[in-house]
Amino acid sequence: MDHAATATAGHAEGQQHPVAIYMYIWALLFVVSTFSYLVDYFHLHGALRWTLILLFMVVKAGFIVAIFMHMRWERLALKLAILLPPLCLLILIGLMAIEGNYTFATRLASFVH
Amino acid sequence: MAADALTTDAGAYSGAGLPGAAADLAADKQAFPVPWGKLMMWIFLLSDTFIFSCFLTSYMNVRISTTAKWPNPSEVFALNVGSTPVPLLLIAIMTMVLITSSGTMAMAVNYGYRRNRAVTTSLMLITAGFGATFVGMQAFEWSKLILQEGVRPWGSPLGAPQFGASFFMITGFHGLHVSAGVIYLTVVAMRVWNGFYDRKGTYETVEIAGLYWHFVDLVWVFIFALFYLW
Repeated sequence: MDHAATATAGHAEGQQHPVAIYMYIWALLFVVSTFSYLVDYFHLHGALRWTLILLFMVVKAGFIVAIFMHMRWERLALKLAILLPPLCLLILIGLMAIEGNYTFATRLASFVH
Repeated sequence: MAADALTTDAGAYSGAGLPGAAADLAADKQAFPVPWGKLMMWIFLLSDTFIFSCFLTSYMNVRISTTAKWPNPSEVFALNVGSTPVPLLLIAIMTMVLITSSGTMAMAVNYGYRRNRAVTTSLMLITAGFGATFVGMQAFEWSKLILQEGVRPWGSPLGAPQFGASFFMITGFHGLHVSAGVIYLTVVAMRVWNGFYDRKGTYETVEIAGLYWHFVDLVWVFIFALFYLW
């Protein structure tokens, strides 16, 4: 195998990175997944539980997109085109949370005796 | 062809940061210097992101608005080891299986670009095998919930009826993606093995299939956090 040749010609042909970085991220995902499992195992609850769950979720998602899906090596134009649109979802989530709380209040007032 | 001239002209894409992005989008050239199949896969995954987000958002909405008790996923998805129930054990194993498959897929993409057919094919088949294992465990989980617990999409003896609706919709759609991915990876692996991409001159299809597979893992990260752990 001509590693030197593929390494230099690598970037001309798609995404080519050292294997070590995949191994490192792989191990990291295992560790963070174990952490999020432990959150449940030790019955943490309330704000601490939700913060940790969301934190581990974002860390894992970030590493998968950045390293495994190679997004950190793409050009900024592609990053923006793919990563910005999902931010609109925050508005949907906010609106649906308000709506859900309103429906809950209405149900309590009208249907639960 | 013009497209080749554009993609091989490295100088046209040398700008970094925002000015570079502005130049990419505004200049008289191909906006994204990546293979078209890869860009289209990203666009598809973006649309899939919106689909899964709609499912998860509606799950949030019904969970907030129900007045019935929401079943505790930690107990519902516990497995007995000996006689002690371990919370969420099956889900934890499924998570590890999917992460492992993501790792083998990343390696497959790497070996694809090194034109190592044998290793790429085996890594992709291993990935597909982990995917099939995941679907099998999900089938076990579903049958346990349907046959033993009596959960239905329209009701649940465990508490809020919305639990069944959200569960079958979200994990069902995700399981469908995993199943489609297993078929997709197997087809691409066969083509790697018979030298299709050597004749085509590029292994970018392996990377594109990899994008899809990592996305399936990505969605599971959100389902695991928001449905099973919340």
